[in-house]
Amino acid sequence: MTRDEIKDMILEIIEDIDEEAEFDQLDPDAPLRDQLDLDSMDFLDIVMELRKRYKLQIPEEEYPQLATLTSCVNYLEPRLKDA
Amino acid sequence: MMQTLPRERIVITGVGLTAPGGANDLAEFRRRLLAGESGISTIELRYMGTAPAGICDFAETRYRKKKENKRGTRAGCIGVYCANEALLDAGIDFSGYDRARTGVYIGLTEHGTVETENEVYNISRFDYNVDYWTHHHNPRTVLNNPAGEITMNLGITGPHYSVGAACAAGNAALIQGCQMLRLGEVDLALCGGISECVGSFGIFASFRAQGALAEHPDPTRASRPLDRDRNGIVISEGGCVFTLERLDRALDRGARIYGEIVGYSMNSDARDFVLPHGPRQTECMRMALERASLAPADISILNTHATGTRQGDVEECRGIRELFADCPQTAVNNTKSLIGHAMGAAGVLELAGNLPSFTDNLVHPTINIDHLDPDCALPGLVIGTPRRMERVETILNNSFGMVGINSVVIVQRFVAK
Repeated sequence: MTRDEIKDMILEIIEDIDEEAEFDQLDPDAPLRDQLDLDSMDFLDIVMELRKRYKLQIPEEEYPQLATLTSCVNYLEPRLKDA
Repeated sequence: MMQTLPRERIVITGVGLTAPGGANDLAEFRRRLLAGESGISTIELRYMGTAPAGICDFAETRYRKKKENKRGTRAGCIGVYCANEALLDAGIDFSGYDRARTGVYIGLTEHGTVETENEVYNISRFDYNVDYWTHHHNPRTVLNNPAGEITMNLGITGPHYSVGAACAAGNAALIQGCQMLRLGEVDLALCGGISECVGSFGIFASFRAQGALAEHPDPTRASRPLDRDRNGIVISEGGCVFTLERLDRALDRGARIYGEIVGYSMNSDARDFVLPHGPRQTECMRMALERASLAPADISILNTHATGTRQGDVEECRGIRELFADCPQTAVNNTKSLIGHAMGAAGVLELAGNLPSFTDNLVHPTINIDHLDPDCALPGLVIGTPRRMERVETILNNSFGMVGINSVVIVQRFVAK
């Protein structure tokens, strides 16, 4: 997947969690949870969806790397290069 | 037990409900009951196919976001709707009541079955790898979940919990609310019952295995308690929440009063997992009457629990015939014939459906009786069309459940005394 595809996929997962989520003003380098109505359980929903879609097992200690949209893309790019 | 002090007299001041078939407030529910309109349709179940069922259709996002409905449970979604509707109906905005002195007591037949079945199905698509089991499972399946979802939605910080009493649970939660108000534990009680049972194939399958799941080519004819040709229960979802207040506080704020809870009783069969036991049910009715200082002849309407199983219907009717032998003026009806068996919500939904009789003096009918079972031929049975009464003074509401739990609530037209 390309970086753009990964970004769109993450936003799609978030939209599936909260269809009222607004992405227009989203700062890709600021924490997602500060900008969207997401809590820790929603965050686990994102992790679960990545597991279901791509069989990605993300270790708990690496969760902080999914904090912002950009860090998500950076973290996932090598792991989804063949996806 | 008859309470005479205004601070000990408990009154119903608000009703919020969603009933099978799309009746989402008391006025519409009453209209359909009086018209004899069935709320039953069909449902497509995982592994089982089609079955008659009572399904609700209400404004799920009126009081909370879709995101929160996805996070929570169907029972929580129903509960949030009913609780908000009850408060609106009662005209309570918490300017006069403290959220910390408000209790939420919700009766449930079961809880967690739906979520657990869904999760087992979910991991079945991943080779039963439990890494795919949702982190939402525990908060969704804790027994206090539906009541807790109501408190989160409304910012209520008083106590909340579920009352598990099988299909007597709605009445049981109502009784719990009364008791907590009388004890002074809370000043306002939101209490009632919820059923999300149509989401569980297992509940249908278990009744079918027991030979107690109703079948009929026309789903609106499937729920036929007291009829000779009945063949079991129609499972329904639904919810009903009442606001209960102490009479003095209700009068102070000029609340409309639907009725006063003047008597109640609960007891146990101590006998069988599934089979009901009439004599114990009769004792339960008798005890509720005694506590209300009423004689059987004082009861205007008796709402039967009868679910459409032969033994259950006959046991209850035998007890009613014995206790109400000299009460030809007591009208008897069965609400499940119209809405199916709403399990944990049954007792309260059925009571709610009868409450307007204090103002319209009508008794809603039992439907789907083509051939009345002679063993259920009670003299006061209202069949097919509503009956007009001179004046409805009291409603006795029966609600019984598996593993031998019986509950009776008596509500009286409110009169200042």
